[in-house]
Amino acid sequence: MNHWLTAPVLIPLIGAFLQVFMGYAPLSLRRTLGLATTGLLLVSTVFLLMMADDGSYRAYAFGNWAPPFGIVLVLDRLAALMLFITALLALFCHLFSLGRTDVSSRQFHALFLFQLMGLNMAFLTGDLFNLFVAFEVLLIASYGLLLHGEGTARTVPGLHYVVLNLAGSALFLISVGMIYSVTGTLNMADLARIIPTLNSGDLPLVEAGGMILLVVFALKAALLPLTFWLPKAYASATAPVAALFAVMTKVGVYAIIRVYTLIFGENAGALANLGMDWVFPLALLTMVVGVIGMMGSSGLRTMVAWQVVVSVGTILAAFSLVSEAGLSSALFYTVHTTWVAAGLFLVVDLIAAQRGSAGDKIVTAPRMRNRTFISVMFMLGAVSAAGLPPLSGFFAKLLIMSAAVPGLQMAALWAVILLAGFLSLVAYSRAGSIVFWRNVDGHIGQPERLNFPHTVGAGALIAMSIAIVFAAGPLSDYTDATAEQLRDTSAYIGILDTPMVGEDES
Amino acid sequence: MELAFALIIGSLTFAGVYLVLRARTFPVVVGLTLLSYGVNLFLFSTGRLMSGAQPIIGSTDTYSDPLPQALVLTAIVIGFAMTAFVVVLSLRTRADTGDDHVDGTSETERTQDQSTTDLPREETGQ
Repeated sequence: MNHWLTAPVLIPLIGAFLQVFMGYAPLSLRRTLGLATTGLLLVSTVFLLMMADDGSYRAYAFGNWAPPFGIVLVLDRLAALMLFITALLALFCHLFSLGRTDVSSRQFHALFLFQLMGLNMAFLTGDLFNLFVAFEVLLIASYGLLLHGEGTARTVPGLHYVVLNLAGSALFLISVGMIYSVTGTLNMADLARIIPTLNSGDLPLVEAGGMILLVVFALKAALLPLTFWLPKAYASATAPVAALFAVMTKVGVYAIIRVYTLIFGENAGALANLGMDWVFPLALLTMVVGVIGMMGSSGLRTMVAWQVVVSVGTILAAFSLVSEAGLSSALFYTVHTTWVAAGLFLVVDLIAAQRGSAGDKIVTAPRMRNRTFISVMFMLGAVSAAGLPPLSGFFAKLLIMSAAVPGLQMAALWAVILLAGFLSLVAYSRAGSIVFWRNVDGHIGQPERLNFPHTVGAGALIAMSIAIVFAAGPLSDYTDATAEQLRDTSAYIGILDTPMVGEDES
Repeated sequence: MELAFALIIGSLTFAGVYLVLRARTFPVVVGLTLLSYGVNLFLFSTGRLMSGAQPIIGSTDTYSDPLPQALVLTAIVIGFAMTAFVVVLSLRTRADTGDDHVDGTSETERTQDQSTTDLPREETGQ
């Protein structure tokens, strides 16, 4: 039992409750409190990251009910890494929201913190049904955040997003029911213990349940046939929300990595590596479709939204190589792409604010203010996202490509990754040269001035790409260790033997 | 009992999926509700169907599994909140776009819009 595990769930929960009751408090007080909550969350996740780095599993059982009967939170390297990525991203998004996004509605800070609570619960939980509850918490907060803001442009994409995710929740419950009806448990460790021992008569039901579960996670992650909701929803959201949503697809990716290494991983007997032969080609196709979407975008926001699709394809392609090196490189790429894509969303919002009525559309317009500073940030983000040296995207893609085993798989992976990188570079160069260089005469009516929180929020996320380059050694050591830990499922099953409080005395 | 139960779940899901695929928001909302009824019944049946069995060990000879009942309760509460939200959202869409089509405009109107102007409806409507 380790009580620190509840911190990433409790801190945003308490912060959000305070915000709910403080709807009419002065804005400066709400902002200070909101930022303090996110800051405290970052501190707690750094603490958990250092704690998880010793490679052991820590569990927290709610109400002192021993697993598999109670619900447990489990901390390992993967969960700690995802918590840290989210908390750092959230701090800069929260900073960016000050001044413009949080003015239009009283409940922005509360929704933002509830979203973080749902995300953290999804990363920490060791129970399949609790994962469903965490998904619902983060989804209902995300519905509010997506519709947040002035104007009517968001209601239709918002409706599509909500209906799609409600259908996804129904599928999630169906798959959970199918798995429970055979195994009689929903604790992930217990499932990993039971599934290799199932007799052949029960296998088809669990297999079908596992595949439906993959569909649900693929919908959250926006894998190919289920990808088309994403660009419209992300492009219509306000910038800090879109940037925070960069981690929402990664929740789907996290759930795929967790469930399909632990429960349906290599030790799952007859169901070993369930669905991975589907994920690999679909991930490659996702990259292709994503990059076509980038080439065809008429606005910068839509282009970055398609970039999120491309990155999901890249992560899942690396994961479905089913090797330790592939898993490690997928995690390294996740760290890079979450921060860089979010940073690009924020930079695009800065661009749109400086261009008057042209906004984020890729058209010629009068010369914008602060062109040098913003264009350098856009260039750094684009170079990193396209995967050119010397920024983090290059190293991440290099790791993925070197993880492929020679053969047909390698040929397909290399061809698609290199082609996607090249075409996204073309898309970024075209957009950048039109937006920054081709100016027409005229002037922009009252462009907004750059202010401190916006500049720091966007700049810091882009600068993370450079920071990853300098920390590449320790980071890849960490992801290697994470991959090794994930492959050893017997250690995760060991949390079933976690002593409860008071048991050792009796 | 199993056959009747399975047929009920099947017809609820069938009607739900059919209605979700409709083009107006009201049938979609009703479809989502029916789908969640079907799913809740399905979840309930995963603990095996039996009558006269309490979910308490020792009270009778046979006992039923309490966990699916707890899961269904959670799913009902969440589903209820989500339905309330989607109802409000579809009313808002109806108010914002002046149409209850799921895309904001119906097919015929959209072709008319495109022939007169290239701007999307959100901007022309203001």
